[in-house]
Amino acid sequence: MNHIVIIGNGISGVTLARHVRKLSNNRITIISAESDYFFSRTALMYVYMGHMKFEHTQPYENWFWKKNKIDLVNGFVEKVAPDSKKLTLKDGSTITYDKLVIATGSKPNKFGWPGQDLKGVQGLYSKQDLELLEKNAPNNAICNRAVIVGGGLIGIEMAEMLRSRKIPVTFLVREKSFWNGVLTEGESTMINEHILEHHIDLRLDTNLEEIISDENGRARAVVTDKGDIIECNVVGLTAGVTPNIDFLKESCIELGRGVKVNRFLETSAKDVYAIGDCAEQHEGIGSRRPIEAVWYTGRMMGEALAQTLCDNPREYNPGHWFNSAKFLDVEYQTYGWVFSERSKEDHEHHFHWRHPKEKICITIAYHKDTMKFLGINTFGIRMRHEVFDQWLTENKDVDHVMTYLKDANFDPEFYKLYEAEIVNKYNAAFNKNIRLEKKSWKRIFSKA
Amino acid sequence: MKVLQNIGIVIFLVGLSTFAALPLLGTFKVDKTIVQEIVSDNSIKSELFIQDLETKIQDKEFNGIQSLSPIIVSALANANATHRKNKEYKKVIYTKGRDMAGSIAKKSGVGFIAENKGLMWFLTFGLGIIGALLFIVPQVVLLGPKGIKNDGIYHQSSTNKGWIAWLVFIFLVSFYLVLYFRPEYATNWTYLVDPISESLSGNPAGHWFVYGFMYCIVMSVMAVRMYIKYRNNIYQVVRTTSVLFFQIVFAFLIPEIMVRLQMPYYDFKNAFPLDYDFFFQWNLKTLLDSGGIGIFILFWGIILTLVIVPVMVYFFGKRWYCSWVCGCGGLAETLGDPYRQHSDKSLFAWKVERWLIHGVLLFAVVMTGMTLYSFFSETGTVLGIKTQSVQNVYSLAVGSIFAGVIGTGFYPIFGNRVWCRFGCPLAAYLGFVQRFKSRFRITTNGGQCISCGNCSTYCEQGIDVRAYAQKGENIVRSSCVGCGVCSAVCPRGVLKLENGPEKGRINSKDVLLGNDVNLMDLVNKK
Ligand SMILES: Cc1cc2nc3c(=O)[nH]c(=O)nc-3n(C[C@H](O)[C@H](O)[C@H](O)COP(=O)(O)OP(=O)(O)OC[C@H]3O[C@@H](n4cnc5c(N)ncnc54)[C@H](O)[C@@H]3O)c2cc1C
Ligand code: SF4
Repeated sequence: MNHIVIIGNGISGVTLARHVRKLSNNRITIISAESDYFFSRTALMYVYMGHMKFEHTQPYENWFWKKNKIDLVNGFVEKVAPDSKKLTLKDGSTITYDKLVIATGSKPNKFGWPGQDLKGVQGLYSKQDLELLEKNAPNNAICNRAVIVGGGLIGIEMAEMLRSRKIPVTFLVREKSFWNGVLTEGESTMINEHILEHHIDLRLDTNLEEIISDENGRARAVVTDKGDIIECNVVGLTAGVTPNIDFLKESCIELGRGVKVNRFLETSAKDVYAIGDCAEQHEGIGSRRPIEAVWYTGRMMGEALAQTLCDNPREYNPGHWFNSAKFLDVEYQTYGWVFSERSKEDHEHHFHWRHPKEKICITIAYHKDTMKFLGINTFGIRMRHEVFDQWLTENKDVDHVMTYLKDANFDPEFYKLYEAEIVNKYNAAFNKNIRLEKKSWKRIFSKA
Repeated sequence: MKVLQNIGIVIFLVGLSTFAALPLLGTFKVDKTIVQEIVSDNSIKSELFIQDLETKIQDKEFNGIQSLSPIIVSALANANATHRKNKEYKKVIYTKGRDMAGSIAKKSGVGFIAENKGLMWFLTFGLGIIGALLFIVPQVVLLGPKGIKNDGIYHQSSTNKGWIAWLVFIFLVSFYLVLYFRPEYATNWTYLVDPISESLSGNPAGHWFVYGFMYCIVMSVMAVRMYIKYRNNIYQVVRTTSVLFFQIVFAFLIPEIMVRLQMPYYDFKNAFPLDYDFFFQWNLKTLLDSGGIGIFILFWGIILTLVIVPVMVYFFGKRWYCSWVCGCGGLAETLGDPYRQHSDKSLFAWKVERWLIHGVLLFAVVMTGMTLYSFFSETGTVLGIKTQSVQNVYSLAVGSIFAGVIGTGFYPIFGNRVWCRFGCPLAAYLGFVQRFKSRFRITTNGGQCISCGNCSTYCEQGIDVRAYAQKGENIVRSSCVGCGVCSAVCPRGVLKLENGPEKGRINSKDVLLGNDVNLMDLVNKK
């Protein structure tokens, strides 16, 4: 029986622990300084917005851990000594391990902006950040305006949060159009429009120069590279995240931006592994980046590493890429790879359809020579993961996707369906004559 | 807009306060003809009681029912006690004291309230409706672009068990207590709706008519709120329209019109065992005595429970009844929607649920068995237990207290489906079918769940939806009423209510879609 110690009680560490418990009798300890129990980071925004209480973000009831013999330690690991297999916590206590898993997640980026450590300047990553925001911006009387710096997923979430309390928000986005390093032009344009619809003061192509302090060391205004001075009480820094690994600097575990791991998620030190946001592959797997800071990949690494730790060595070998997000009221899902104009290769072409009035659109990426289906982005239409996963595996072409598009729809019953319009546009654009097939349960469940 | 809403609140509160004050107001004058009518209508043979009525209330004026009712109740009790002592059983009056007080009061109301029914209707129902709509309709603008609008639910007193919620709780519970246990205090309310009742059934309104009418009004007004709040989600819009239709037409209008046509009062959608007194002796007698239509109803009632209900559950899940048709569900999905998040999601609550709801089902079945046995063998007891007493216990404990006082009164505290989740025997029965033989499920969309918990939080039935979704597993639970709100609030498009082949309906998984295919195969094969 091994003692498996996991630093970090996020999705990756907890998934790992659950799977190890299912597979074995190993002793399991999870250490975290953030919260006593696992909670869903992705749901932090809903607590501030009043959709949920913090306890609702905890996927397991508090008795779950004891019942499954998973020991929880609330503490901050300051030192890791792989030679003696020993951890030192902030309070001076030590813990020894047989196998160590580093699952310490990320922290918000700070790019050395003047004033970035003033009061009222904060990121949004941890439970503590949420509590801080509650203090900094409880309502629009105390916070007359907030400026958010960085146009990514967390930035737009933070804007939505503040708007839910009617706090005026200015949103500084470095790119010429929102998230256009990832989204295609049509999509990004639609989201720009939607952001404005929510009365968010969107400033594209604008960088933060400096945050100005008042006499009490609180942020009072920001200065942009356009020379604008924007008065505000709160500054949200949401320009991406970096692996949270500073405490490992002296551990002689090989580090890059993250903890370097191989396909078995092993670090350079024996019996030390890393998963989730903080793990960095030596080389990106397929079109993936070496560091994948998303929920799903953390979970998948946990699932895979559990096998390895229970004597069933498994590479981390993720399947087809998928992801999702929500931009204010618009849901977004993606299956396979759709690259933005800024990052796509020449062979990748796009077919784009957008609803004339509603905030609904899709983009399908395909290989220009073979017409092979590469991926899809959908906004305002839900699609079936299983179906696209299967089409990607079977290397279907776009004609096939168009023909059977109805099988993929996952919108609630009675929703208006747009397959016919999409296929019409496709036929017109490519001078084809695709006929939509009716939805078939048999095809949908052919994998089940 | 905000101003409009505030005006709405004031108007609504004026209407509500007037309504709430009515039970204690009003003047009642019992003249001689009323006493005579009461005596003949109820074929009262107790000269003691008649004498009491003549000396104590006849030709007197009473201010407020509270000064009249106790006299009648005690007179009746005294008369009955004396008759029982003297073994004059023929003279015993079987009408309950409070019902007697109610029928005397109903005939003897004089003064402003009884004489200005239309105006009083406006000052109560009218202002209530106008005020509520003034509050609700501006949300078309205030809520902003369409989408899920749950902002602030856990910050507001009304929806986060604050003092407003407790006031609503006290009001609702008191209202049900009056209805069930002090019906004579509802007399003034009945005046307000007399004109409506007379135009429908030809009879003046009783307190159950008040309840039925109010039910429809409350549902309609709150349906407007649903339409606005969920205008992004057509499933919610259609479903709300459906429950509203069945409430107004089937539960309210048709039964009243049937009475006008000299037919038995019957709600064609109210299935046994929710309709627990369907097989009670008095009901069977009424049905058998009312000719063709009575026999048809008897037949329909049996077919409804034994064939229609389970077959529909097989094809569509129990939602077709519980959140599309049923009156209890209808109120829960309209008036109760702001409170849906209060259902308890713990495993413990689920255990309690299973014991309670199946216990009630068992109770209902045993009681009905006894009832039918008594009916056919014409005895009053089964194995030494009085059928009547069992029926009384059920009617009081389950029919009134559980379904009414707790079921609806506790909305603001325990959530809007307490009765449907813990008590309804029909739901328990449908649940069996849904769990073991149905095409309905909530499909989980591969690996897309981010465990955020919105679905579980807003499940009115206390199902921990996330527990399934985050494992990539479909949700197949007997208690699911298919309201569709989990699917609506999910920010990642993970959940879809659908009817499909039974094969693969329950798909337990450990490793989710998106990971290594071989690993998924290895771990998920059972
Ligand atoms: C606001 C927000 C919204 C997001 N939304 C999405 C989304 O919609 N979809 C998506 O795919 N991803 C989303 N993400 C990203 C996703 O949440 C992360 O990828 C995921 O949580 C990473 O999980 P993890 O287990 O690797 O690390 P974490 O969840 O970060 O957990 C690491 C834990 O380790 C603790 N820790 C760190 N160092 C130490 C130490 N030295 N000692 C003790 N404890 C330590 C940390 O305090 C933390 O509790 C979002 C992130 C944020 C912040
Ligand atoms: S609401 Fe959706 S994403 Fe959130 S826990 Fe439920 S299924 Fe998962």
